[in-house]
Amino acid sequence: MSGTKTLEKISAMLPPYAEHLGIVADHMQDATPVLAFDFSKGVTGRPGYLHGGAISGLLEMAAVAALRSHLAAHRDTQIRLKPVNITVDFMRGGLEKRTFAIGRITRVGRRVANVTAEAWQDDADKPIASANMNFLLSAAEG
Amino acid sequence: MTSISEHAAALEKSRAASDRFDPSVFQGMMSRHGHSGHIGMVYHAHGDNWVELALPYDKRLIGDTDTGIIASGPIISLMDNATSLSVWTHLGKFRPQVTLDLRVDYMRAARPGKTVIGRGECYTITRSVAFVRGIAHDGDADNPVAHVAGTFINVEKFVA
Repeated sequence: MSGTKTLEKISAMLPPYAEHLGIVADHMQDATPVLAFDFSKGVTGRPGYLHGGAISGLLEMAAVAALRSHLAAHRDTQIRLKPVNITVDFMRGGLEKRTFAIGRITRVGRRVANVTAEAWQDDADKPIASANMNFLLSAAEG
Repeated sequence: MTSISEHAAALEKSRAASDRFDPSVFQGMMSRHGHSGHIGMVYHAHGDNWVELALPYDKRLIGDTDTGIIASGPIISLMDNATSLSVWTHLGKFRPQVTLDLRVDYMRAARPGKTVIGRGECYTITRSVAFVRGIAHDGDADNPVAHVAGTFINVEKFVA
């Protein structure tokens, strides 16, 4: 599958919430999608800055996309994900520019997956926020 | 997009009626603009040190297409705003602050179709840090969807 096709496929799999915030699959980093959104009214908090909740939403979508990619490559069966908790740390204000995020798998076990995610703007080495998410895994019904 | 002057005007207005910060006026302004309005969050109720906001169910917030359950992001936005407003309500005045961290524990999923109420409470304020906690529920406060805990940093005396 070509790179563009892969990104289109991942973007199409993102839920309505991702679309509502303008989140798309921007590029692949190794086998993991990097998601992004542009600055818009819909993600603005205080004037001139991103809303912390919008950044959290992008981090969540990146964590889920990373986990789904991982599961698709390593498991044969359909698996349902239930978030158990999420902790978000905010390091810098999000400015009026495009924001990127990627999820990284810490561990995927039989019952639990631990995933982290980072968001940045100009420089991936200067994250604006990071998240730690734990998911419960279960077999999808039907 | 919210302009700086509109923001300042809302702040002024939120003090106008009495001298105390009024979260209903401030959230009212935020609900018309930006991210809060985009996801449909509105003011619900408040007390001395707590604020409740409501997030009506909206298909555009769905995070799991198979079940219709909304994503985690909108709950975080709701609780970020509710807890942030609870700090200013507790203080009785606005002070510039940013979220340092926020943790959300999910007891269960919010039921599709139900409005989610986010209750944020500020339980301690120091000169630099405000400590907050809260719950999100979808009708019964005794059966919460989530518990949250977080901190805000006062950026009034920002070191340049």
